[in-house]
Amino acid sequence: MRIEKHPILEFGEKKKVTFFLDGQRVTGYEGEPIAVALFEQGFKNISKSLVYHRPRGIFCCIGNCSSCLMKVNGVPNVRTCTKQLEEGMIVETQKRES
Amino acid sequence: MKQICDVLIVGAGPAGLCAASIFANTDVQVIVLERDPFLGGQLLKQTHMFFGSKEQYAGTRGFEIGTLLKEPILQAKNIRIFTNTVAAGFYPEDGFLLAIENDQELHRIYFKKILLATGASEKALSFENNDLPGIFGAGAVQTLMNMYGVAPGKEVIMVGSGNIGLIVSYQLMQAGISVKCIVEAAPVIGGYFVHAAKVRRLQIPIYTQTTVRKAFGTESLEGVELISLDAHWQEIAGSERYETCDTLCLAVGLSPLSELLSHFQCETQYVPELGGSVALRNQRMQCTHKDVFIAGDVAGIEEASSAMLEGMIAGVSIAEDLGIATPSHKSIKEESTQFLQAMRSGPIGDKIRSGLRKVEDSHV
Repeated sequence: MRIEKHPILEFGEKKKVTFFLDGQRVTGYEGEPIAVALFEQGFKNISKSLVYHRPRGIFCCIGNCSSCLMKVNGVPNVRTCTKQLEEGMIVETQKRES
Repeated sequence: MKQICDVLIVGAGPAGLCAASIFANTDVQVIVLERDPFLGGQLLKQTHMFFGSKEQYAGTRGFEIGTLLKEPILQAKNIRIFTNTVAAGFYPEDGFLLAIENDQELHRIYFKKILLATGASEKALSFENNDLPGIFGAGAVQTLMNMYGVAPGKEVIMVGSGNIGLIVSYQLMQAGISVKCIVEAAPVIGGYFVHAAKVRRLQIPIYTQTTVRKAFGTESLEGVELISLDAHWQEIAGSERYETCDTLCLAVGLSPLSELLSHFQCETQYVPELGGSVALRNQRMQCTHKDVFIAGDVAGIEEASSAMLEGMIAGVSIAEDLGIATPSHKSIKEESTQFLQAMRSGPIGDKIRSGLRKVEDSHV
C-alpha cells in the first residue's frame, strides 16, 4: 500500500516498470528496491530459511541481514532490499540448493 | 581496478560525509565508499527536526541535513564517490581494501589513512516465531514509509520506548498508519520526555514492564502474545494477552558494524553502554592501528548529531597526520570537541560517558 498523503514528505511521480516474480508479471517504481516493490504488491514472504524453509521477508531493509535474498536476472543471493528495480528484471524466489 | 587515494572513507552517512567535508576542495585525494545507491545514510529517513544548537542543525529535519551534508562532497573535484559499493575486506599483506561495486566490479583501493564510518545494525529480540515476515527492525519501517512511501502495514505494535521507538511510532501516525501500542520491558520509558509526550498526545498507550512472548502467523505476522514482567524481568504467569497486528516493529537498540576493524587488527572491546564491540581509540578518533580512524555509530551507538561531530574530529585528525591541517581545521576540531562534550554532559550522557571511559585510551 502506497502512502498517498504525508504531512512532511513528498514522494513525487515515478516511472512505473514491469518485472517478473517467478514468471508472474508484477509492477513497481523504477529505482525503488525490488523487495519494497514486491512488499507493496502484497508479497511479504519472498524467501525461505535454508534448513526449515520458514518464510522470510524484509527485516532490516538496508542490506545488513540477508533476510531478503533472491535470484535476480540469474544471479543468486541478491539483497533485494537494496537492489534497485529496473524494467524487465527477472526475480525468482530461491530454492534451497541455489 | 586499482585505485589510489590519500584518504579512504567507508560509509557516507553523517560521520563519513562530515569527515569528507574537511578535505573538500583541497589537494588530498579522497575516495568515499557507500553501500547504498545514495549518500546520507540513515539521515535520509528521518523526518523529525533535530534539536541541540544551531551548529548541529537544530530545527532542521534529518533528511534535509543529509542533503546539506552531501552537496559540498558531490561538488568537490578531489573526492571520488563509489555508490552501490561494499567494502569487503582489507588485505594487510598487500595493503589494499577490496571493494565490490554493483555486486560485480572489484576495486583494489590503496590509501594512506582510512576512516571507518560504517554505522550500525539493528538488534533483534528473541521470542518464538521472531522471523515471520511482518516483523521488522525500526529502521526498515522508516525505510519503507519515509524513503519509498510504502506503508509497512495497517496495525503496528512497537517494541521499545527508546528514542527510536518513540520517533518511529510518531512517524507511523504521521503516515496514517495505526500504532496499537508501544511495549517496553523496562519499568520506565527509555527515550526523551519530549518524544514520549508526542506519542501520548496521539493516544498511543505505552506499556512498561511488558514484552513480546510469541508471534503468530503462517505466511506473515497476524498477531502477538504480550506478557508482563516483574521487577526482576521475569514473566508473570497468567498475564499473557493476545493482540492482533500485521506489523511488529523492533526498536531494541543497535550494535556497531565493527567487522572491518578486525581486518586491521584494531583492538576492540565489548562495551554494553556503547551497544557492542567497539574499537579502543584516543580522543582524535584514532584506533590502535595508527592509520585507522573511526566516527559515528561504529565508534559507539549514539546519535546523528554526535556522529557528525566525530566525523569532523576524525577528519581533522587525519588532516593533521597527513601534515595538511590548517588553523581553521584546528578550530573546527576544538569546537566539535566542545560541542560533543556538552552533548554528553548531564544525566542523559551518563551511559555514553561511562562507555567511553572504557575505550578511550590516551596511549593508543
